[in-house]
Amino acid sequence: MDYSKPIDNALFPKGCERCSFTKFSLFMLIPAALLLWGVISAFVVLANGLGTTGLDDKFGFGLWITVDLAVIALGAGAFFTGLLRYILNIDELKNIVSFTAVVGFLCYTGAMFILVLDIGQPLRSWFGYWYPNVHSMLTEVIFCITCYCIVLIIEYIPLILEQRKFESNKFIQHLAHNFHVYMPLFAGIGAFLSTFHQGSLGGMYGVLFGRPYIFRDGFFIWPWTFFLYLLSAVSAGPMFSVLMVTLMEKITGKTLVSWKVKQLMGKIGGTMLIVYTIGKFLDSYAWVNSVLPRSGLTFDQMFTGFVYSSFWFYAEHIALVIGIACMALPALRKIPAFFYIGALVTCFSIVLNRFVMTVQALGIPVMPFENWQWYWANWAEWGAFALILGYSIVTLAVTYRYCPLFPQEAELNKK
Amino acid sequence: MAHFKDFTVRYGMVIDLDKCTGCGACMMSCQAENNVAPQEDASNKLRALNWLKVYRLSNGKEYPEHETVFLPRPCMQCGNPSCVTVCPVVATDKNEEGGIVSQVTPRCIGCRYCMASCPYHARYFNWFDPYWPGDLKEALSPDVSTRPRGVVEKCSFCHHRFMKAKDKAIANGEDPLMLPEEAYQTACTEACPNGAIVFGDLNNPEHRVYELKQSPYAFRLLERLGTDPQVYYLSKREWVRRLGDNYLEQEETGKPLQTLLNNSH
Ligand code: SF4
Ligand code: SF4
Repeated sequence: MDYSKPIDNALFPKGCERCSFTKFSLFMLIPAALLLWGVISAFVVLANGLGTTGLDDKFGFGLWITVDLAVIALGAGAFFTGLLRYILNIDELKNIVSFTAVVGFLCYTGAMFILVLDIGQPLRSWFGYWYPNVHSMLTEVIFCITCYCIVLIIEYIPLILEQRKFESNKFIQHLAHNFHVYMPLFAGIGAFLSTFHQGSLGGMYGVLFGRPYIFRDGFFIWPWTFFLYLLSAVSAGPMFSVLMVTLMEKITGKTLVSWKVKQLMGKIGGTMLIVYTIGKFLDSYAWVNSVLPRSGLTFDQMFTGFVYSSFWFYAEHIALVIGIACMALPALRKIPAFFYIGALVTCFSIVLNRFVMTVQALGIPVMPFENWQWYWANWAEWGAFALILGYSIVTLAVTYRYCPLFPQEAELNKK
Repeated sequence: MAHFKDFTVRYGMVIDLDKCTGCGACMMSCQAENNVAPQEDASNKLRALNWLKVYRLSNGKEYPEHETVFLPRPCMQCGNPSCVTVCPVVATDKNEEGGIVSQVTPRCIGCRYCMASCPYHARYFNWFDPYWPGDLKEALSPDVSTRPRGVVEKCSFCHHRFMKAKDKAIANGEDPLMLPEEAYQTACTEACPNGAIVFGDLNNPEHRVYELKQSPYAFRLLERLGTDPQVYYLSKREWVRRLGDNYLEQEETGKPLQTLLNNSH
């Protein structure tokens, strides 16, 4: 036994170094605290009902739905990178595809968990599968997300099977090999399912004709909104994965993915972002000039105060332009500072979009004699967010420590 | 938009806002009739259950020109209900003669998508377990099931009364779809001391609502959104009718689309 190495050294991926087990355990106290907060809030919510949250009859949707929509968009790096790697054969992406799958897995399972908390009758969750209303966008979302979660689990399994501990087990080796052989099939299924539910998430809001802030009709609901949501996800998804890798690099002090691969991800996300931005600007134009006047409302009536101010509307759009400048222009993309700013503002714009579409849309008075209403998430709602954050950190940290998450790591960190 | 079937019988209301004094008797009778649970602390009005809610409208002017009107708002039983198509589990539907939008609480999973879709805020969520202080439990109506925590509920136009009236008609050998006006009335209609609420079959010329809804002073809330509400309001005051919908500055009250068309030609 080599006492200079961490105690669990035998389990580390080949050629990779990890910090001591004590240091790792101490680091784990951070997610543990988040998990504790989350478990307490989840218990309080499940035991006493949703009255323990900051939600009310005006804001039936709040932080949780915003988080769900945001993480599902940010987790889209999984299906999109999988599609590009396994179906379109962009070989370079093999260096990041497993990581995007794990990020996607965490985003989707986290969203599913929050959804269970968010519905008033969690024990009736299965009604969604058993008594589906085929006209509801939410039904499509429920089915696609569940199926896609299964696909993400399947994409995650090979990583575990490739753990060093199983090296000598022939059966597991074969199993892992077979998973890889069939991975293009799962990547295809994943892309198919994701296309539908990403689009349907947009449709979920777009069909609400009682809410002029989010309502879109005719061409601007189908195919426009459908593809806008999809495009926003495939723009932000790859960039979010890159940001997560970079954060992990900062924490571990190692290079995990080459700059070249990151640049490729940025280029892909940036290209998608151009298409999304054009679509988004046209969508906003149609909303201001068609949906609003037809509803008897003006642009100014849609905004008030700071939280609901038009500043955020402009910020969402301007961030996209900055994102394009940083990610789609090769000269700027090659400069790390611009590259990361580009990725950050793109993700910011998409998350902001999900926030205004959820919270602001409900805060606006639709009946002329109503007032604006305000919503603040309370500790229990943030607690659920902390729970999925804690769970994600633990899963990522353990996966990184013991599984070959980054194929380039050993080579990039050779001493 | 989904198309809902054309009903032979379409129950609806015509509420005369010039008669309503805002006394709240309709709200109270509704609570009692439908076993709507009172709140332990009802100070947060966004958490209180009121299938029927009385809003106060103001013309926004200073005294002596200031005027106030009270507007009772039940579920509009929309002809094109935005809440029905969105429900993922068909816990709310509009497919029974009478045109009442149902709410099947044992089916509801409490996702609140229908609440997000309803522009009238006619849907209420049970944030806590229902609470019946003192002997109130003894006064519960056996005709309406109570609702547990975590589901959405809303005005049903006292649907249990409709069922009873139909049963009675069938027992008497009469047509259950041609009920006389007085055979089926909602609790709020009966409770209103000023007769501001008139209830009946909007398709039946023998029911008062048939005529009333055609009054030049009749309007519906947020009509231009396309929800096709089955609740009409009456007011001789223009500012009240104007507050029933959103209008652009240049638009005439009651003729939004016409004005837009004129402008574009
Ligand atoms: S008023 Fe609201 S709850 Fe009632 S039918 Fe219309 S959309 Fe549905
Ligand atoms: S809250 Fe209940 S009735 Fe409303 S959409 Fe969800 S399941 Fe349907």
